[in-house]
Amino acid sequence: MLPSFYYLCLSFVLFAIGTAGILLRRNALIVLMGIELQLNAGNLAMLTYSRALGDEKGHVFAFLIIAIAAAEAAVGLAILVGLFRSRQTIHLDEASLMKR
Amino acid sequence: MHAAESFNLRLIPLLPFLGAALLILFGRRFSRQTVVIVAAGAIAGSAFLAFTAFFQALPGVAEEGGLRDVVWKWIATGDLSLDLAFRMDTLSGLLCLIITFIGFLIHIYSAGYMEHEPDYARFFAYLNLFCGSMLVLVLGDSMPVMFVGWEGVGLCSYLLIGFWYSETANATAGKKAFITNRIGDFGFLIGMFLIFQVTGTLRFSEVNALATPGSALMATYHGMPMAFWIGLCLFIGATGKSAQIPLYVWLPDAMAGPTPVSALIHAATMVTAGVYMVARLHALYVLVPAMMAIIALVGAATALFAALIGFAQNDFKKVLAYSTVSQLGFMFAGVGTGNFTAGVFHLYTHAFFKAGLFLCAGSIMHAMSGSGDITKMGGLRKRTPWTHGVFLVCWLAICGVPIFSGFFSKDAIVAGAFATELYGKAELFGLSLAWVGPAVGSILLLAALGTAFYMSRLYFLVFSGESRADHETQHHIHESPEAMVAPLVVLAVGAGLGGLIGAPWGLIGHPEWNLLGEWLTSAVGPEMEIHHTTELAFMGVSTALAIAGILIARAFYLGGYRAPAQQFAGAAPGLVKAAYNKFWVDEFYDAVLIRPLRKLSSSLYRVVDRILIDQVLVNGTAAVVDLAGRIARTLQSGDGQRYMAAFAIGAAALVFFATRPTLPAALKVNVSGTTVTVDASRTGRPSQRGLTYAFDFDDDGRPEVKGVASEARYTYETSGTHTIRVTVTDPRWHTQSSIKSSVDLDAAGKK
Repeated sequence: MLPSFYYLCLSFVLFAIGTAGILLRRNALIVLMGIELQLNAGNLAMLTYSRALGDEKGHVFAFLIIAIAAAEAAVGLAILVGLFRSRQTIHLDEASLMKR
Repeated sequence: MHAAESFNLRLIPLLPFLGAALLILFGRRFSRQTVVIVAAGAIAGSAFLAFTAFFQALPGVAEEGGLRDVVWKWIATGDLSLDLAFRMDTLSGLLCLIITFIGFLIHIYSAGYMEHEPDYARFFAYLNLFCGSMLVLVLGDSMPVMFVGWEGVGLCSYLLIGFWYSETANATAGKKAFITNRIGDFGFLIGMFLIFQVTGTLRFSEVNALATPGSALMATYHGMPMAFWIGLCLFIGATGKSAQIPLYVWLPDAMAGPTPVSALIHAATMVTAGVYMVARLHALYVLVPAMMAIIALVGAATALFAALIGFAQNDFKKVLAYSTVSQLGFMFAGVGTGNFTAGVFHLYTHAFFKAGLFLCAGSIMHAMSGSGDITKMGGLRKRTPWTHGVFLVCWLAICGVPIFSGFFSKDAIVAGAFATELYGKAELFGLSLAWVGPAVGSILLLAALGTAFYMSRLYFLVFSGESRADHETQHHIHESPEAMVAPLVVLAVGAGLGGLIGAPWGLIGHPEWNLLGEWLTSAVGPEMEIHHTTELAFMGVSTALAIAGILIARAFYLGGYRAPAQQFAGAAPGLVKAAYNKFWVDEFYDAVLIRPLRKLSSSLYRVVDRILIDQVLVNGTAAVVDLAGRIARTLQSGDGQRYMAAFAIGAAALVFFATRPTLPAALKVNVSGTTVTVDASRTGRPSQRGLTYAFDFDDDGRPEVKGVASEARYTYETSGTHTIRVTVTDPRWHTQSSIKSSVDLDAAGKK
């Protein structure tokens, strides 16, 4: 069995990639994917600690996060479709109506 | 006492309030008949209850303070605990009878008088509201409850004076009445606060019970007892409400309202509230004869001054208004000389004859196509016989002709003023006041002569001789409808015979026939003892004066303006002009008070409102917010990714600070000699991880003590001030935090 350290490293790397995707990419689809990566990095960390500490609560949280991730994807994609319909683009820097 | 509380006194004011609410909400949809039934029905029910309470429930308990009805606990805060409670003793009961009975008559009269008025329901709603407020005023068990009624009647007075508000003069008269009353109310409030401060209670019965020579009320304050200042403040309130010098100026202008209003509010009931209040607090006032002297002098001066103005007024209602001011002066002179029964007696008789006179005025003006100019009247005796008869009775009553009601009450006041022993030892700032009683009595005699003169002038100019009106008006002269005549007749009976219940029956050996004196004994103390010869002498003098006044006026005005009147006016034009112009008091107030106040407020408006509030506070606040917004707006790029970046950075910072090893807010340093013990452990929630501590006792970057212990000891080689720096490290994450503290070995050693 691999030590927890490696899983945590993987989780950290996934989280960092997700964050970078969110912050750097303009395409909203990629941003959504970045968010998925972050959530799953969180899941991985949860499960790692759950195994290391022998505590099943981590599993429960992971299930919850999966459900939230599904909901988030559904809502996020719906917003994207709406955005595309009204602006003919899914580039985030062009959707800056909040400024005004 | 339990039986005494079983009577629902609250219903007496509640019924008119309900009537008012009904008329305000639905009055527009009611027919005229329904409006009258609701309004007059409410007041009739209230009158029935008042009479039942007074004659059935009250006699058994009058000696124990009368009926009391607690509605609910109104205020309970700090030292103040106050019930919303009503109390009927013989004094407030008598007032209730007057208010509801005369109020009912005037409701009936108004049904006829206002028949052409489009806003019928509003008028009756206000009238009902007034009756309810007035009943709250007199039935109030404590000063705040009375004050509610006090303000309520002021409001109704304002609403009814300005009833025909589309004319500016009427609206202005309403405002004048309201503002003048506010000045008085200020005094009333201050007096109320002082009473609470000194006695700790606001209930009339308790204040009166506490008013004894040794009480806190007699503590000296600025040279006079506290009770003097309280009485003075309250009396200022009374001068406003009851139109005495110096605040009487609103009452003549208040005649702008409909005539039934003048009769009910500005003659019979509301304006007597000040007299009632003084009688209500009789024990407090009797305590300081100097205060009583001021009341009596102000009352007497007002009585004479207003009578003088009444000599030269040419408007029917204005003459009656100044007459009311003058008669109120009589009442104040009565209560001010300690003769409370006489003051209240005059209040009662005045309510009848003055309401009667005003309603006659309304009837006459009704006949004269709305004009009240007495120079254009004359000869109305034959054209309006009923009104003439009623006016005749009321006129003889106010003049003080024997048997008529005004004779007894006025005589009781005048004789009391001469006979009073109240001022024997009274002093006002060291000034002896023994002269006050006879002085007040003499002024009142003059005023009584004046009253007889100007009322007779009014009578002769209106009713005798031939009409001086133009042909068109003459053609329309007619007697008023039954709805107006019937209340007049009832009032005339009251004005004629009402005095008998308070007449000095003791003179013919039947003191027990004096019902009024007997009733009021339990509320304001026994009637003043006046020697029989004194009483008889003053009866003779005042009868002579009344006859003299009537005869002079007859010589001047019988059948119109006769030669003596014109000669007199020619001989003393200045005096006539001064009286006609009301001695320029309004103009004086305007120049001394109103105009400077206007100037002050307009300059305040320009500086405080325009510059300080508008520019600095309002626009300044907006400018600051605007500037802050402009700065903060640059952060809002609208770019979601930048927000997320900021969020990520913030989250990272939180994690960094949350995972740092913890130190206490201040080091615990213990000094003994040159040895220092430092404790860097954190109380409360110590870190669970093994931390390493580095103690740098001279802050040179090289720690002297290192290790896992959170406590270290060090001995300095030199004394003086040293800086200690403790650095704590988490070995796992290599995060650090440090804290500094300085220690002064010399100062610690000296301790």
